[in-house]
Amino acid sequence: MNLDKREHMGAVVVELAGEVDLQHSPRLRKALMELMLEHRDVVVDMGGVSYIDSSGIASLVEAYQMARKGGGRFILAAVSQPALRVLQLARLDKVFAIAETVDGAVGA
Amino acid sequence: MSDTRRVTVEVRRLNTHYGTRQILKDVSLDVREGEIMVIMGGSGSGKSTLLNHLLGLLRPTSGTVKVLGKDINTASALDVQELRTRMGVAFQSGALFSSMSVGDNIALPLREHTRLDAMTIGIMTRLKLEVVSLAGFEDLMPSELSGGMIKRAALARAIVMDPKLLFCDEPSAGLDPVVASSIDDLILRLRDAMGMSIVVVTHDLDSAFKIADRICVLDQGDVLALDTVAAIRNSPNERIQNLLNRRTEEAEVDPDAYLRRLLGERARQDGEDDSQQRHLP
Repeated sequence: MNLDKREHMGAVVVELAGEVDLQHSPRLRKALMELMLEHRDVVVDMGGVSYIDSSGIASLVEAYQMARKGGGRFILAAVSQPALRVLQLARLDKVFAIAETVDGAVGA
Repeated sequence: MSDTRRVTVEVRRLNTHYGTRQILKDVSLDVREGEIMVIMGGSGSGKSTLLNHLLGLLRPTSGTVKVLGKDINTASALDVQELRTRMGVAFQSGALFSSMSVGDNIALPLREHTRLDAMTIGIMTRLKLEVVSLAGFEDLMPSELSGGMIKRAALARAIVMDPKLLFCDEPSAGLDPVVASSIDDLILRLRDAMGMSIVVVTHDLDSAFKIADRICVLDQGDVLALDTVAAIRNSPNERIQNLLNRRTEEAEVDPDAYLRRLLGERARQDGEDDSQQRHLP
């Protein structure tokens, strides 16, 4: 799993790529928790995610809930097909804010 | 065109016995990544025995079983333990712990095998309950569930670790057709979303035809056929057609063996010949 952060138009873009599985998802959770505690607007660029398991999805759910409580924004962007299928399996595509592109998410 | 997907289960020339009775005869099969393989056959065909060998619960007389690249009978205990974290099993009876709530049953593999924090485990558990349409049932005890709900809870526990390989033993047995069909749909969605290899043991023809990529038909321990759904449907083999058309087969009568059974006499052991038999007191 690759995880990079960059600033883009006032939001933090978390670029997530590779396989997000049991082994790596605690690192994703920690990074997202830190950002949510700073009350930052966060866009997760999921274009490069080749696989995400339910521990990775759980980290996204927790971060999203923190954003809702803290008043920040938490948007998934450019979600890859493998990641989208997993979100759809649990109907979470109806729950998360999802944007087609990072620019679209930041400008939303 | 050859199938280039990774082989997740590889069985080669598997022979097994219970005592002196041979159960599986020279069984070979492969299951590939993302494939749904249905093992089908009547009662006593050896399908449950084959499943137990795939799970490493029985030792074969001869032959090999490789799961996710490792020989399950010669791998170290540590390797087998690691393999089991990448395999999920939904047992026919559900095999839920009756003293634990549904939620605790489903969370158990995560608590035993991972160091994920409690919040993540809680979300993953409830996520799987959503997937199997049991949302909100986590605090119930297994005794409070219907048969179909127990099957779905067992499936939720089997997939909670997002295994690469899922085994389902008679997932729709004893369920009404609508609930059975919903479990078939769920198996298909799991494969499509997670790319799992899934091995399903069933005697339910409708279910087999709906979900299988390939079907392995076992008959008295032999692989009668191993092919796609279309090829099995169109097979000219009489025994397969009997199975598909639910025709019973008259067992051939061996008069000597029949008489021995009625008289309570033991069958001859290997190495005993007729002269020995005649000289027995």
